Amino acid sequence: MTLLPWAIFFALIAFALAMICAAIRLLRGPSAEDRVLALDTLYVNCMMTVLTLGIQLGSRFYFDIAVLIALFGFVGSAAMAKFLLRGEVIEP
Amino acid sequence: MTVTEIPLWADLAASLLLVAGGILTLIGSAGLLRLPDLFARMHGPTMGNTLGLGCVLLASIVVASALAHRFVFQELIIALFVVATSPVTSILLMRAGIYRRRGDGGTDGKVVAPLDGNA
Amino acid sequence: MKRWRWPSLTLFTVTLFLLWLLLNDTLAPGQVVLGLVLTIVVALSTAAMRPLRSRPHHLLAAVRLFFIVLFDIARSNIVVAGVILGSVKRRSNSGFMKIPIDLRDPYGLATLACIITATPGTVWAGLSPDGHALTIHVLDLQDEETWIRTIKHRYERPLMEIFE
Repeated sequence: MTLLPWAIFFALIAFALAMICAAIRLLRGPSAEDRVLALDTLYVNCMMTVLTLGIQLGSRFYFDIAVLIALFGFVGSAAMAKFLLRGEVIEP
Repeated sequence: MTVTEIPLWADLAASLLLVAGGILTLIGSAGLLRLPDLFARMHGPTMGNTLGLGCVLLASIVVASALAHRFVFQELIIALFVVATSPVTSILLMRAGIYRRRGDGGTDGKVVAPLDGNA
Repeated sequence: MKRWRWPSLTLFTVTLFLLWLLLNDTLAPGQVVLGLVLTIVVALSTAAMRPLRSRPHHLLAAVRLFFIVLFDIARSNIVVAGVILGSVKRRSNSGFMKIPIDLRDPYGLATLACIITATPGTVWAGLSPDGHALTIHVLDLQDEETWIRTIKHRYERPLMEIFE
């Protein structure tokens, strides 16, 4: 009798619901900033789902995937936010 | 299933941390739907980015250390990275929101913060 | 190539090297050598991009500030969760406020921006051109006095101790 599989099940459902919330905001969001914020949230929730799957399967490979998702999520969100702010991503 | 072979203390601690992380992240993302305007919505996902992610990372550290019979703390890299980067995204989005709403008087008659400086 | 700047360069190199070892989760000699070569090359080639050097001191104050921030993040998570799950009236009194500030060091200001933004409930929204007032956005804007006192006493004073 262990608790961990049930906790993992609960956490995965919570992350799925959180991703649905973010996806609704992504589709509905009145302004572009709302959509970028929702996409950023989606990235972080996705990273936490991958980490939880890594706990469930007892494998360290999922950690590397989580690092990559964190890296690409930051680059994408920062580039989009910068574009909204300045109309240009890389300035001379 | 490999997760059934870990000692009881790790099982309990990781379960508690995972449940707490799940609840915090869910509430934070629900804030995206429940809060009224963009500037208020910025605060919701910060919960998932800080304490929610911290709980999940700690649970991962606990389980990995119990499985490997030594202290594994690679998750510290993700924590450091997210702590260093998520404020940058938030501040850029905040500045973009202020910049694109300049001059339309805010949401409920209050004046939106003036665009001063280049912080 | 600019002038050789040892102290900040060493701190940067050591941090990068430790991160490399942590990422590979090993102390094998091959990885140690590879990490040393990589970090020295990266540190030398990016030395010209670092605009000015910081001189942090009072390590003890920094450690204390770290735990204060950790505690505040945990506490304000609960407060923000209460606001999100609360009534419509409670959810709709967010707003901007100005805070007078005495901190001048750029690295200190950057750290303050990260602390304020990483704490749920407050987001950094800008600094006035003369650097005397910062604007933040607060989710639960009930009394401005408490927020001003919190930020000035809990965050700004230790940061001035560390960076100035």
